[in-house]
Amino acid sequence: MSSKILEIENLCVHFHLPEGIARAVDGVSFDLAAGETLGLVGESGCGKSVTSLSILGLVPSPPGRIEAGRIQFEERNLLDLDAERLRRIRGRDIAMIFQEPMTSLNPVLPIGRQVAEPLMIHKALSRSDALAEAAAWLDHVKIPAARRRLGDYPHQLSGGMRQRVMIAMAMVCRPKLLIADEPTTALDVTIQAQILSLMLELKSELNMSLLLITHDLGVVAQMASRVVVMYAGQIVEEGGLTDIFDRSFHPYTRGLLKSMPRLGNRRAGQTPRLHEIPGSVHSLTDAVIGCKFADRCPDAFDICKQQQPELFEIRAGQHARCWLKHYPDRRKQGG
Amino acid sequence: MAEVPLLKVSKLVKEFPLGGGLFGKSPARVRAVDGVSFTLSRSETFGLVGESGCGKTTLGRLVLRLIEPSGGDVEFNGQNILSLGTKEMQVLRRRMQIIFQDPYSSLDPRMKVDAIITEPLRAVQNLPKTQRQEVAAALVEKVGLRAADLDKYPHEFSGGQRQRIGIARALCGRPELIVADEPVSALDVSIQAQVINLMGDLKNEFNLSYIFISHDLSVVEHISDRIAVMYFGTIVELAPAANFSTSPRHPYTAALLKAVPMPDPHHQTDPFRMQGDVPSPIDPPPGCAFHPRCSHALERCRAQRPLLVEATSQHFVACWLNDGRGLRID
Repeated sequence: MSSKILEIENLCVHFHLPEGIARAVDGVSFDLAAGETLGLVGESGCGKSVTSLSILGLVPSPPGRIEAGRIQFEERNLLDLDAERLRRIRGRDIAMIFQEPMTSLNPVLPIGRQVAEPLMIHKALSRSDALAEAAAWLDHVKIPAARRRLGDYPHQLSGGMRQRVMIAMAMVCRPKLLIADEPTTALDVTIQAQILSLMLELKSELNMSLLLITHDLGVVAQMASRVVVMYAGQIVEEGGLTDIFDRSFHPYTRGLLKSMPRLGNRRAGQTPRLHEIPGSVHSLTDAVIGCKFADRCPDAFDICKQQQPELFEIRAGQHARCWLKHYPDRRKQGG
Repeated sequence: MAEVPLLKVSKLVKEFPLGGGLFGKSPARVRAVDGVSFTLSRSETFGLVGESGCGKTTLGRLVLRLIEPSGGDVEFNGQNILSLGTKEMQVLRRRMQIIFQDPYSSLDPRMKVDAIITEPLRAVQNLPKTQRQEVAAALVEKVGLRAADLDKYPHEFSGGQRQRIGIARALCGRPELIVADEPVSALDVSIQAQVINLMGDLKNEFNLSYIFISHDLSVVEHISDRIAVMYFGTIVELAPAANFSTSPRHPYTAALLKAVPMPDPHHQTDPFRMQGDVPSPIDPPPGCAFHPRCSHALERCRAQRPLLVEATSQHFVACWLNDGRGLRID
C-alpha cells in the first residue's frame, strides 16, 4: 500500500513584479508517500523554496499569488482552507525548519517558551506541562543540560544548538510531514553531519515524511530516497536516488553532477578543469518559448527552442523534461 | 640555494580584545590566529580550510596587512611588510589583492564596472582616463564579460558575473598574490564551476599565487596544490592536495572529511561520531585544542600542545599520535 500523504498537482505561483510576471513555480506536480524522504533540489531561483512555502500558505502575498493547482494533504486541499484552518495544520500536522535558525527563532523569547508554544496552541497543554514536554524534546535533540537551558535566549546558543532548538520546536506536536528548507546550509560540516543524523533518527522514530529542500547534492544522496530536480520554476527530472545519481537523463541534471568537484579525485600535478554549464538561468519574467534550459544545453537542437517538452517517462519512476527522450541520437557524445 | 618564496609567514599571532577594559582594566583577549607559519611559492595555490571561527579569514587578512598582527612576521618577496609605511604599503598592495565571498556587498553599488575594476590603479597612480579604459576593457574580456558591461552598475549582474568583476578588480594591479576568501561559496554549483575554472586559467596566464580560503573541502582539494587545515587559530595539518583526503593524519582532518556528505548514494556515510562544538576561544582548553572532541586523545594531549612537524615528506601534522609512529587514523 502506497499511501500518499502529500500530492501537489500543477502548482503555479506567480510574483507580480514591476518588471513583469515572474513564474516562480510553473506547473509543478509531485507527491510524497508516508514515511518517505523526497529531496527537492535546484539552484537559487528555481522555485524550490516557493513550492515549499505554498504548502503551508506562507508565500508572501502580494507580490506572490498561487494562480492554479492543488495541494492535497491527507483528505484536504490546502489551497481551499481559510487562514484559521490552515493555522491548525501548520505546526501540528506539517512542520517546517528553515535555513537560518537565528532569524527564524524569536530573539526576545526564551527557547523553552518557543518550543512549548505549539503544544499550548495545538494540544491545549497547560504552560507547565508544555514546558516539561519542551524540556524532554530539547533533551531528545541532544541539547546538553536541556532543563537548565529552558530560560536561555537564542543568542546564547551556537548555530548548531539553535538548529536543534528549531528541530525540537518542529517535532513537539509529532508532525506527519516535516518540510526542511536548507536545514544545514548555514552550518559547519561537522555540525551539519550531527544535525542530519539527528533528523534521520527522528524521522524513523516518528515515521514522518520529509520534504528536504536543498542545493546540496551530497546531502540529498545521503538523506533522500527520491529526488525532484527543478530548473526555472519547473521540474526537469525526477526519479529514485540511483536514477538521478547513476543514470540521470536530463542534460541539466547531468551537468550539475559533473560540475561538482569530488573529494578524493585530486591527483598530484595540474588541476583538471571542472565541467561547466555555460551561461546562467534566464530571468523568470522572460517569456521563454521551448525548453527553459535550451540556451545553456549542450545538446539543444531545433525543436528545443520551439516547443516545450513535457515530463516524459524514461523508465518506471523516472521522468525527464527533455526532447532527447524522442530524439536519442541528438545527444552529444560523452553527454 | 633555495629561492626566496613569494610569501613567508612566521609565527603570526592576532589577538582581539573582548570588549570591556574601558577603565584601565586590561580586557580579556582571544587569540584568533595563534602562531601560524607557512611559505607560499610562486604559482602555488595554498588552500586554507576549517570551520567558522578557526581563524582562516583573519589569517588571510593578516597576510595582506589589512589588519595588523599582534606578533610574528610576514615577508613578501623577501621584504618584511610589517615595517612598511602607509604609502609603501599602498604601492605594494597592487601586488597582493583579495577577492571576497559576497559578490553583492563587495562592489560599490554606485560605481560603474569600469571605475570599480580600475580603482586599484587610481589609488596609486594618475593614469589618463583613456588608458584606464583600455586596461578595463582588456580585463573584462579576460574574466569573461563583455566590453559593453563596463558601463553598467553592479546590480545589473548576476552573482557569478559580479564575482568576475571582483576578480577583474583584483587582477588590475598585476598582482602576484591573490587571497581569495570563500570566492565561490555564495554561488550556485553550475556557476561555481565557471568561476573555479576561470581562476585556474588566470593563474596559469598571469603566474598567480592564491591563498584559497574555503570551508568546502571538495572545492579546496580540487584547486589547491597544498592544503592547510586550521583549528582554533592554528594549522593542525598541512599536506599536498593529493594526500589530503586519501591519507589524513590529524584526527580533526579525518573527522572533517568524514562529515562531508558525498554526492553518491552508494557511498554509505558512517554514523558520525564526533560530538560537540568548537570550544570557546575565551576559555581555551589546555594542551591540544582539539582534545575535548578527539576520540584518540591521550594523557599528553590534555597537557601539552603538539607542534606542527613533518610526518612524511611534505606532510606536516600537529598531533601527538603522529609522534614518529605514522599512526593510521580511522
